Amino acid sequence: MDILHQYGPALLRGFGYTVLCWALGTVFAMALGLLIALLRHYGPRWLGWIIQVYIEVIRGTPFLVQLFVLYYGGPLIGLRLDALPAGLLGLTIYGSPYFAEIFRAGFRAVPLGQLEAARAIGMAEPAIVRRILLPLSMVSALPALINFSIILTKETVILSIITVPELMYEVSRMSAETFRFVEANLVLALFFWGLVEAISRLGRRFESRVTKHLIERT
Amino acid sequence: MQASAVEIQKVNKYYGPFHALKDVDLSIPPGRVTCLIGPSGSGKSTLLRCMNFLEEYDSGEIRIDGKLIGYDAPGRRMAGRALREMRRSIGMVFQQFNLWPHMTARENVAEGLIRVRGLPKADASARAAEALAKVGLADKMENHPARLSGGQQQRVAIARAIAMEPRLMLFDEPTSALDPELVGEVLSVMKTLASEGMTMVVVTHEMGFAAHVADRVAFMERGELVAADTPDRILHQPQDPRIQSFLRTYHERNSF
Ligand SMILES: Nc1ncnc2c1ncn2[C@@H]1O[C@H](COP(=O)(O)OP(=O)(O)OP(=O)(O)O)[C@@H](O)[C@H]1O
Ligand SMILES: [Mg+2]
Repeated sequence: MDILHQYGPALLRGFGYTVLCWALGTVFAMALGLLIALLRHYGPRWLGWIIQVYIEVIRGTPFLVQLFVLYYGGPLIGLRLDALPAGLLGLTIYGSPYFAEIFRAGFRAVPLGQLEAARAIGMAEPAIVRRILLPLSMVSALPALINFSIILTKETVILSIITVPELMYEVSRMSAETFRFVEANLVLALFFWGLVEAISRLGRRFESRVTKHLIERT
Repeated sequence: MQASAVEIQKVNKYYGPFHALKDVDLSIPPGRVTCLIGPSGSGKSTLLRCMNFLEEYDSGEIRIDGKLIGYDAPGRRMAGRALREMRRSIGMVFQQFNLWPHMTARENVAEGLIRVRGLPKADASARAAEALAKVGLADKMENHPARLSGGQQQRVAIARAIAMEPRLMLFDEPTSALDPELVGEVLSVMKTLASEGMTMVVVTHEMGFAAHVADRVAFMERGELVAADTPDRILHQPQDPRIQSFLRTYHERNSF
């Protein structure tokens, strides 16, 4: 109990950072992924190739390595970031190709006829993306988007190695100082379990709202 | 004679090596119904879709009310904005309805009025209601497509097109995806539209509709426009052996 008293506030603060890093990182990564998917969908062929290489490289390397390169290698090319911004940028880059692929698959699942109907009445492409393509691609993409967002919660622990004071960082400090490894990691597990549970509940509710009229009932 | 609503001259279209439209010439008279008939794969949909440039044609000219569609000059593509401008006045109805499933019937109709015509939401919604009432769906306005029958969905699709106040309406087999008992309600909406003087081009397998409602019938085969004439001369006294054989097959299939 003493230990909780002593480390409780730090753990809570750490959890706060974890949630913050996860939420911002997910939003940014999703936004970048969407941008990539749109550029690939509408852009010229050569841009598609560049994007393909980016996707392969990012997906083919561990997040840990990407973060090291960004945080310790960045200053060599003049990119000097604090731990938190570096961590957020890292999460954004790391997550973007996965999100881009999810959006791409979602776009492809939208029936061409529904896009043609919009073009036939003279709708401009940006309006078509916003009003037709994106909402309809959610039918197939949303479960995957939620799923990958959940995976990202657990990637945030890697930010501890560049000293972002999130939950893993605090838990490591606690176990190093007290040697109470079991308790420390139990706390870690409980917090993450709660977070994931909350996200998936919200996700399910959001999903059923968004796809309410989209799935044919027979 | 009045100028044509659509003037098609020497239009060619290729899908890779496949020659889908071969030197097609056709005039669509304004205020009239023109039916396009012919065997499956003859290029009817392709030709229709070239008329609003959903499909690019490779050579020749298609003029809508005198204005070339898709190109500024032969071989030079028109800017997206100018093409959208032209499409605003061309309504299209698809075989598969292609309604947007995440919007109610009313939202489907209002969407174009808001995004394309720039109407305020309330006005667009009121006009959508009018258009839906016109196709007999005043009581289904707040339904999503998943809660409408095929015939009702197709009537929403027609309302979506006419709400934009087009000068020309293109129909690609509007009743082919419908159960037989639902065909009538869609055809009757189309007849009303025709009686109001709408210029219509209708790809159809409904020979009855072609015979009774069309002012002109055009027959296509293997990418060629074989003949375009009065329904009587195409459907009852066809001269061309290709038309005769098509009609023979049609009658055989539809008799029992
Ligand atoms: N996107 C495409 N790529 C390649 N070939 C195509 C494409 N679209 C159509 N075709 C071919 O062009 C020909 C004409 O097709 P089209 O759809 O215009 O025929 P149709 O007369 O409308 O037939 P149906 O009565 O079956 O609808 C067909 O042989 C078809 O296989
Ligand atoms: Mg067809």
